[in-house]
Amino acid sequence: MTLDNILASLFPRGHDVILERGLISGRGPLPDGGSMAVIGVDGRAPVGVEEATLLSSHVLDVIKSGGNEPILVLIDSDSQRMSKRDELLGLNEFLAHLAKCLILADKLGHRTIGLLYGHTAAGAFIATALATQTLLALPGAEPAVMDLPSMSRVTKLSIEVLQEKAKSTPVFAPGLDNLAQTGAVAITLNPDSSLADQLKSVLSQPAEREDSRDKLGKERKGRPKAADIAERVYELARASV
Amino acid sequence: MIAAALDNSKDQNDAASTSSWYEASARQRVENLLDANSFNEFIGPELRETSPHLPLFDLPEQFDDGMIVGYGRLGGKPVLIAAQEGRFMGGAFGEIHGAKLTGLLRAARDIASLPVLILFDTGGVRLQEANAGELAIAEIIRALIETRLAGVPVVGLVGGRSGCYGGGGLIAGCCSALAVSEQGRIGVSGPEVIETNRGVEEFDSKDRALVWRTMGGKHRRLIGGAEVFADDTVASFRDAASYLIEHAPSMNLSTLESEQFRLAQRIERFGTCADALDIWRSLGAAEPQSIPALSYREFVALANDLQEPRHDAR
Repeated sequence: MTLDNILASLFPRGHDVILERGLISGRGPLPDGGSMAVIGVDGRAPVGVEEATLLSSHVLDVIKSGGNEPILVLIDSDSQRMSKRDELLGLNEFLAHLAKCLILADKLGHRTIGLLYGHTAAGAFIATALATQTLLALPGAEPAVMDLPSMSRVTKLSIEVLQEKAKSTPVFAPGLDNLAQTGAVAITLNPDSSLADQLKSVLSQPAEREDSRDKLGKERKGRPKAADIAERVYELARASV
Repeated sequence: MIAAALDNSKDQNDAASTSSWYEASARQRVENLLDANSFNEFIGPELRETSPHLPLFDLPEQFDDGMIVGYGRLGGKPVLIAAQEGRFMGGAFGEIHGAKLTGLLRAARDIASLPVLILFDTGGVRLQEANAGELAIAEIIRALIETRLAGVPVVGLVGGRSGCYGGGGLIAGCCSALAVSEQGRIGVSGPEVIETNRGVEEFDSKDRALVWRTMGGKHRRLIGGAEVFADDTVASFRDAASYLIEHAPSMNLSTLESEQFRLAQRIERFGTCADALDIWRSLGAAEPQSIPALSYREFVALANDLQEPRHDAR
């Protein structure tokens, strides 16, 4: 689905969401009379220092305006911008800041919902969609930590061998299904029915207090051990006090 | 505030304290950093919790999966500690490796009284288990921020062989405070990644001087990416860790508003600089080209003079 189609289906009564140089910002009305803040990245744009700063300023504005307005993060991005300038300026701090703002919003009572509708990768993915409480996706989304050709260079295995291995485990291969199996994506939406209705149903459920992505990854057999290891370390650390 | 910490270094003449942080293994760093015999590991190598995914690639496993987590004492005070082994898979985050740190931080959040030290040494996500590694980083970041919101300091130390790249750089950026040595490098895209994706004209990964001045500890200290510049010794990192635990800022809306301002200002002031030398000149350094060769003490004096870290803005 294109951004325009998604926004039209999410906000059938209209919205004031704008797209400027690859960045999404604005608001749309919710059926209950409230509104939802919308930010994001479109057109597979990379996330560099300027982009991260703009997105985080929108999140801080929502927090500062008080209330509990939910925040939707729409993502069709490149990875972080890979450049000398961005690294020189400390891109890691800018991306970390964006993730911090999203998580603070969530802790202060704003529902944060990610919607992955295109590509995303690496640091851009961590700082945006993966920093939301609930990550949704649309079929056709193509998240990738690294594409298979690059992976083939690093691991020195042929693409054919990697494709073969990807059939037996979702843990390294790009793609929505693989990522969903590891627990990152809560729900894959149906593009043929109203996104507004599906969003409403997500918002009507209480926000999860705990990060349950590792448990979900275990249930879906994408991450067999993460949940147990984290739980064991947790118990040992609690017992050490 | 920072100057006080750096003159604080006690004369620890024992071999362990003066030994190189960069050269040490993760296990040596933990043992030498903490008070003698105080370290108690959670899920140690004897339990052989190895990666379930590396055998698929016929790659060797390590019994601790390159991550050591546990409890110990620093200057008599209890701490939780995590250390990455940069010599195993480049310290990369895999499923087990990451889950250990997630569990440690969730415990720190709920205990709400034990500070956490993270000894970074990582190239980022482990590609052979990329989805699990990426998600582990997202889980660590959430747990880390919850820990800080519970009033618990999380301090990062960076000075290892693999630096602190990829998702590791993002986790570092979420810490309450960081100490970095000259050898420590902090970034998102590593030199080779930029060169592979954008070409050697954008970044020559073999130009070591360029790598150090763009991503190295001196530059990060000068622009405010790290609070304390540490010497490459265990003793110096120990002093930095104790100091930063004491002075770690809390995290709330006002902290993040200050950080927003601090970062926006950085783009405004240095956004047109083509090289670290230009940034250092703008900061007021009279001879920026001499900075890479400055000794630890000379650099600390200069950095304190030029200032930049903001304790209330991270």
